[in-house]
Amino acid sequence: MPGVDGFMYPNEVELQWSILIVLYPYLTGLVAGAFILASLARVFNVKEVQPTYRIALLTALAFLLVAPLPLQLHLGHPERSIEMYLTPHKTSAMAMFGFVYLWYLLIVLLMEIWLDYRKDIVILSRTKTGFMRLVYRILTLGSQNISEESRRVDDRVGLIVTIIGIPSAFLLHGYVGFIFGSVKANPWWSTPLMPVVFLFSAMVSGIATVLLVYQVVNKLRGQPVHMFCLDAIAKYLFYVFVIDFSLEMLDLVHRIYESDESFRSLDFMVHTKLYFSQIILQIMLGTLVPLVLLGANQVMKFGESTRRKMYTVAGILTMIGIFAMRWNVVIGGQLFSKSFLGYTTYKVEFATREGLLPAIALLLLPLGILWVLLKLLPPGEEEQTA
Amino acid sequence: MQKILRESGHLVRLALVLAAGFLIFMAVRAAIVPKSFGQYGHYRGAVLEEIRAKPISFAGRATCEVCHDEVAKTKSEGKHAGLGCEACHGPSAAHTEDPTTNHAFKPNPATLCVRCHEADRARPKTFPQVTSKDHANGMSCGDCHKPHSPKI
Ligand code: HEC
Ligand code: HEC
Ligand code: HEC
Ligand code: HEC
Repeated sequence: MPGVDGFMYPNEVELQWSILIVLYPYLTGLVAGAFILASLARVFNVKEVQPTYRIALLTALAFLLVAPLPLQLHLGHPERSIEMYLTPHKTSAMAMFGFVYLWYLLIVLLMEIWLDYRKDIVILSRTKTGFMRLVYRILTLGSQNISEESRRVDDRVGLIVTIIGIPSAFLLHGYVGFIFGSVKANPWWSTPLMPVVFLFSAMVSGIATVLLVYQVVNKLRGQPVHMFCLDAIAKYLFYVFVIDFSLEMLDLVHRIYESDESFRSLDFMVHTKLYFSQIILQIMLGTLVPLVLLGANQVMKFGESTRRKMYTVAGILTMIGIFAMRWNVVIGGQLFSKSFLGYTTYKVEFATREGLLPAIALLLLPLGILWVLLKLLPPGEEEQTA
Repeated sequence: MQKILRESGHLVRLALVLAAGFLIFMAVRAAIVPKSFGQYGHYRGAVLEEIRAKPISFAGRATCEVCHDEVAKTKSEGKHAGLGCEACHGPSAAHTEDPTTNHAFKPNPATLCVRCHEADRARPKTFPQVTSKDHANGMSCGDCHKPHSPKI
């Protein structure tokens, strides 16, 4: 059979989870990561990353709104997704995830953004005219109170929401790892480390996104891109990345030492079918190169424009590396046979419902939404700088 | 305390909006979710009645054997004894009710037999399999084997 090496059971030849399922943990990861960076600024009052606070929140929202779409596209029948809420299935991890998503969207992200932007919204509802005025008026919920005292209340409540938000963000993405980690029939996925690895890689990709988005957005808005801010983000990116990488290596060492019956098969796969995406893209280009670039900055002092370039390259490579990691988990887990005697091939389609084209569209869509959000809720001038 | 309450009026509004959303959701849920949902399990209880009301399409081999006792006898002595009649003839309930107007389907051995007997690695090794290209050489399986008692 073309594309099949060795022995495959008939139901393993064709992959069920396509590139869209690769996209899904990628998108939720960006959400969780961006939010955690924003929370860092708020809860621990890290002054250096303050300028990215609002941008990070809006980025998280833009990606969160798009995150369920790959699933809808993959499953088909989007009109049925409401059933998940109407008749909740309490013993299905995937079904309960709908509630985690809803909680995170409504109670954490929208609430935090609303509380933070309330003053801006009220002011905009007074200065804008026509249709936009109406939009902002609705967003104020009819309360024009922006007194010092009310803002202090907002700040308090916002802080509580953020504090609730951090475990929620962990839950949001840990959950995705849990779904894979709990598939006990699949040795490539089934490890309790999976949620933790997913979480840290989520933080890595989210921080890298903010690092890039912050530069681009402020360039486009004609606002300054602060070097102290980039330095701080790059520093966090480096440390989180080190933890992430150590965890992945821990998983690897554990697998090598344990060497259970699946090991030879998986090891062979990594050296053949997954060689490019795992060894070259994920580990070399997507992890080691950015780690060296970021690490060099922690021990040496480079010129400003060199630093900027190094961070940008590291950020882009990180994004590619984390995408490759999701790819290797989702696709890699379906390439080998449960008999450990054969391998199949995944051929990405192009202009089909689960092809490359919709995947690219879904990656660009959040950027479009982010643009609208930035217009609707401008992050403002330098009022929050340290 | 009084002052804090006065200054958090907008939060009360937010809470009201969320509460309204929740109530609308519950109302929609009450209206949309079928009454019998969850009666026996995580499905619509009434569906059992609906399925029961559907016309039956398979009659079962015991019914066939009432009229076709010679076929039943041949079959029970051959290697296909374990197969139901309708595994090959397809759903034939209509035929059993009125055999003369509803003719039963007579499958063509040339295409029928390979469905189960074509060599396939996924089938158990003990199951009799042939590579029809080599084995039948273009002839119909029915030219040599009798479907109801296939062993030669
Ligand atoms: C009530 C008695 C009766 C029952 C029960 C019955 N049949 Fe028949 N069957 C007949 C009669 C009578 C004929 C001959 C009339 C005809 O040519 O259709 C016949 C003919 C057939 C034929 C030959 C049709 C043809 O084109 O030559 C097949 C095949 C057949 N039956 C299969 C079945 C199967 C399978 C069942 C069980 C689901 C079944 N029968 C149950 C009475 C019955
Ligand atoms: C392995 C598949 C298979 C099974 C099982 C099977 N049949 Fe048949 N049957 C056939 C085929 C094929 C023909 C057509 C033979 C032909 O066209 O020469 C046929 C023909 C018939 C005929 C037409 C008369 C004849 O003998 O050619 C009757 C009646 C019949 N089957 C009844 C039954 C009944 C009753 C049962 C269950 C006891 C049964 N069959 C089980 C494959 C099967
Ligand atoms: C629905 C599946 C099915 C279909 C269709 C079917 N068979 Fe069979 N066949 C079986 C099964 C089951 C056995 C019994 C195998 C066993 O004994 O383990 C069998 C046994 C046989 C045997 C005996 C093999 C031996 O043990 O020597 C022959 C020959 C045979 N079938 C030929 C045919 C032919 C010819 C046809 C087409 C008319 C046919 N079969 C259609 C399922 C099927
Ligand atoms: C030219 C006559 C002829 C034709 C046509 C023919 N067979 Fe056979 N078949 C035989 C003979 C003879 C045997 C028994 C000898 C043997 O086991 O090799 C047999 C044996 C079998 C067996 C048992 C094999 C085993 O391993 O026990 C199966 C199954 C079978 N045939 C299926 C088919 C199927 C399916 C077709 C149609 C694609 C078919 N036959 C067509 C003559 C034929």
